[in-house]
Amino acid sequence: MKFAVIVFPGSNCDIDMYHAVKDELGEEVEYVWHDEADLSQFDGVLLPGGFSYGDYLRSGSIARFSNVMTEVVKAAEAGKPVLGVCNGFQILLEAGLLPGAMLRNQGLKFICRPVELEVVNNGTMFTQAYQPNERITVPVAHGEGNYFCDADTLKQLEANGQIAFRYADNPNGSLLSIAGITNEKGNVLGMMPHPERAVDELLGSADGLKLFQSIVKHWRDSHVVNA
Amino acid sequence: MIKVKVHVTLRESVLDPQGTAVKNSLHAMDYHEVQDVRIGKYLELLIEPSDRPLEETVKEMCEKLLANTVIENYEFEVEEAVTQ
Repeated sequence: MKFAVIVFPGSNCDIDMYHAVKDELGEEVEYVWHDEADLSQFDGVLLPGGFSYGDYLRSGSIARFSNVMTEVVKAAEAGKPVLGVCNGFQILLEAGLLPGAMLRNQGLKFICRPVELEVVNNGTMFTQAYQPNERITVPVAHGEGNYFCDADTLKQLEANGQIAFRYADNPNGSLLSIAGITNEKGNVLGMMPHPERAVDELLGSADGLKLFQSIVKHWRDSHVVNA
Repeated sequence: MIKVKVHVTLRESVLDPQGTAVKNSLHAMDYHEVQDVRIGKYLELLIEPSDRPLEETVKEMCEKLLANTVIENYEFEVEEAVTQ
């Protein structure tokens, strides 16, 4: 399986993401600059964390209009897995690939520490390697991770099983302690915690690796069936 | 050139942590009469006149980029004929 790690001006978790896929997961991966206009050769798209365009105006708002985003939308529509972590999640929200928006953390502090997450839906292509309601430890590092959406959207997220991860102890004020959501189709996941920074016990946790393994397993399963 | 002043504010239903922090600070300075503080953004656009209706264009810019209407409201005022 071949992944693209999209690099925006200001991305700073792109190397972590690349390392997770190449060295820990053992799959193919390439950096793709935000100006690129073709993602057709990739099977999955990863939007890393960071501060794209300096977070000017709002986090993710400028990156959302990068050339490559037209291709990311196409990949999402084609059913390819698209994962946005932290700033990547913010970009997916701004692009309308996921519903809702991010507010500053309720306590106004930048939070950078490992947090406990609950796997709310282990039926997605990103979470199938986890047990139902499994508790995992993954680090967060953000100042704007306070997830917000209107009441109707929130109901839909719950009803459709789109809430993938919740914080065990809500660190930022997110509605329903939401840490990660998918789109309705289930092939786009945005999450504030960094699974790519939890892929080896040396880093304090290897719980994030199963997320990447889930994507690969799903891809292999569907491609063997189609072959 | 036409100057357009755009104000972007958080929707009333959205908690404003920055505003709350500033309010608490004002209270600590003994300005207890302050009931609420909301922080927003102010943008100035200098726009060259064109055939497109200005208000329509600015509205489009606000909704596409300048404001995130999930959490923010916007309003703008047009100042005619600014010389640069």
